[in-house]
Amino acid sequence: MKPANDKWGFRAEGSEQINLDKADSSLYRRLLNREPGFAACLFCGSCRATCTSGNEGMNFRLAHLLLQRGETARLKSLTDPCLLCGKCTLVCPRNVNIRAVVYNLKIMLHEPF
Amino acid sequence: MNLSDHPFFVWPFVAGMAFLCIYLPAVYLKWLRKTSARDRKKISAAIFSVKTIRAIREIFSECLLHRRIFRFNPTLGYMHMSLAFGWFLLIVVGKTETMLYTRDGFNPPYLPVFFKYFYPDHIPANFKGLFFLTLMDLLLLFVLSGLTLAIFKRFKSKFLGMKKSTRHILPDRIALTFLWLIFPLRWLAESLTSGVYNAGGFFTLSSGRALASLLPAEQLLLPAWWAYSIALGGFFVALPFSRYMHIFTEAALILLKHWGVKTTQRANGYTDFEIHSCSRCGICANVCQLSADAGINHSQAVYFLRDLRYNRLQPETAENCLFCGRCSAACPVDIQVDDIRLQQRTNRANRCAPAIRRPAAQLPGTPETGGVLYFAGCMTHLTPSVKEAIRTILNRADVKFSILDEAGGICCGRPAMQAGFRQQAESIIQQTTEMILRSEASLLLVSCPICYKVFNEEYQLPIPVKHHSVFFKELAAAKPELFKNSRKRITYHDSCELGRGSGIYEEPRELLRRVAHLVPTAHEREDALCCGGSLANLAISPAQRDLITDTAYEQLIAPAPDYVVTSCPMCKKTFSKGKRDIPVVDIAEALQMALTPEEKPVRVKVGKKAEVLA
Repeated sequence: MKPANDKWGFRAEGSEQINLDKADSSLYRRLLNREPGFAACLFCGSCRATCTSGNEGMNFRLAHLLLQRGETARLKSLTDPCLLCGKCTLVCPRNVNIRAVVYNLKIMLHEPF
Repeated sequence: MNLSDHPFFVWPFVAGMAFLCIYLPAVYLKWLRKTSARDRKKISAAIFSVKTIRAIREIFSECLLHRRIFRFNPTLGYMHMSLAFGWFLLIVVGKTETMLYTRDGFNPPYLPVFFKYFYPDHIPANFKGLFFLTLMDLLLLFVLSGLTLAIFKRFKSKFLGMKKSTRHILPDRIALTFLWLIFPLRWLAESLTSGVYNAGGFFTLSSGRALASLLPAEQLLLPAWWAYSIALGGFFVALPFSRYMHIFTEAALILLKHWGVKTTQRANGYTDFEIHSCSRCGICANVCQLSADAGINHSQAVYFLRDLRYNRLQPETAENCLFCGRCSAACPVDIQVDDIRLQQRTNRANRCAPAIRRPAAQLPGTPETGGVLYFAGCMTHLTPSVKEAIRTILNRADVKFSILDEAGGICCGRPAMQAGFRQQAESIIQQTTEMILRSEASLLLVSCPICYKVFNEEYQLPIPVKHHSVFFKELAAAKPELFKNSRKRITYHDSCELGRGSGIYEEPRELLRRVAHLVPTAHEREDALCCGGSLANLAISPAQRDLITDTAYEQLIAPAPDYVVTSCPMCKKTFSKGKRDIPVVDIAEALQMALTPEEKPVRVKVGKKAEVLA
């Protein structure tokens, strides 16, 4: 059955709102534990702007947001293209050790919790 | 007194020695079987060649004389030499003395060790006998002097050029205790014997007479020999499980090295030889900037190799290293610890990063047949002034070139490789190779030492790869009219990957002397400091990095230069962080500043006057 609003030529997406109190932030907390400076991130996007693998879908800013929201399903595709060149870390205005966070995230996504 | 009287005290020594004679060959054979068939083929091809003689020469100069430690610090070198070479001579001279005295080449192995006990009243009737007595006493003094230094070093290591001694674990402490007891006990046993029988060399006889006048020497004589034998046996049993395993393993490692065996991507038997060759002398920890500046004291080469050997390695220990290569350069055993560290990182991380396949259409690059292909790399993109300087110089020198990664979006693969993402790095290398081959260029020019090293070592390119400092040195020699000397005072920072990593020290200096006044710094060439920015360290915090950067920067500006020159865009970026009074520029920028003004083609103005004259 087609959604009812299809007849208007556009479709309203379902809301992405989540309950942060119930979100599973265990991975985020493990990363914070490893790299405490991670908490200083302001989501400015400098990392994304300088990224060598930006065109391939590497997106640290989005990955950080999803981590906080506990939406871990997409994290792998968002960090797989990273080549660890380290430009993001050097441009970060908040001195976040982004490269180390991504490295540890890649490892943690492959290791059982 | 003869052999049958009290022969039992020799048993601890004999048992310990028998254990060593069985255990060591067994474990070495086990490791050899773990090496690849190719390595074993190499060994059998080289075993009866001049390589073995060269290896034996190195064994003599490194395992016994400790030449490399002498270069680090002469007192420390003497300490190691007196213990190793002194003990070796005691064995050789002792055996010779016994053989000459008994006129029997096949005397039991304990006879030379306890010679004084079995032949206490052996009074030299001739010059030969006196010579051996005196020589053996001198050698004992030689070893005891080294031992005194070793004990002194535990409490005051600065005296021997060490900021701190290695922290040891239980097996090391047990073996160390036995080792420290061996020679004082030998002296005590020999002295007491000399005192009782009133015969001996100049040293043992005089100390023996003094002891005999103070103590009941006759009753103490046998216990002293027992103690000496137990110390020896105990040391031999503790040896394979402690750092003293290096004594024999180092010699085996040198042989294997000379026979052409190398550290591989994956750990194998050769790695076992390397790990067990570490004597934990701690020289690596003393040159490590992590411990000197950043207060990190658990991940140095010595502790990494130790934890790996005893199966207690934490991933963080393998990750917390700048790969600056200062430890490998200083290591007296020449252990390739960075390669071993990389093996461990790869073991853990390789499966966590998939191979990357980029759609071919997205590959940037502009093909240019026969010209120079310039690969800027990520770090040069982050320091655009370096890229512009290179572009300007190449244009000025009329070099036909194209930029492979003009649009960015491409990496050499080394950072991923250093993190242990081997399969990902290999996929990048394969694709970048395809692009380079497609360009049909005749030379690959690289401005980043990190890229340079991986292009040289991992890419199998049919064209030469040159770092821009080398390329421009040749360019300046061919076209000296392009550059003038500014007479500015500069210091040069050797980047880790270009210097220790690739052995390029002189070319950049030669180039810089042409355009400026190069002044030396406290840490040059092999001893150069890391800027702290290294991509290889995955565990260090930004604050700790800054401490290392500041120290390195301080020593570069100590001679008060007008500016600091480096040949690595990443070092430049790292040094540029924070407030810097003296700027850090890349060698390309220094060269750009030295370019002679461009001669504009002279236009003849044809004015009215000329027309009139005509």
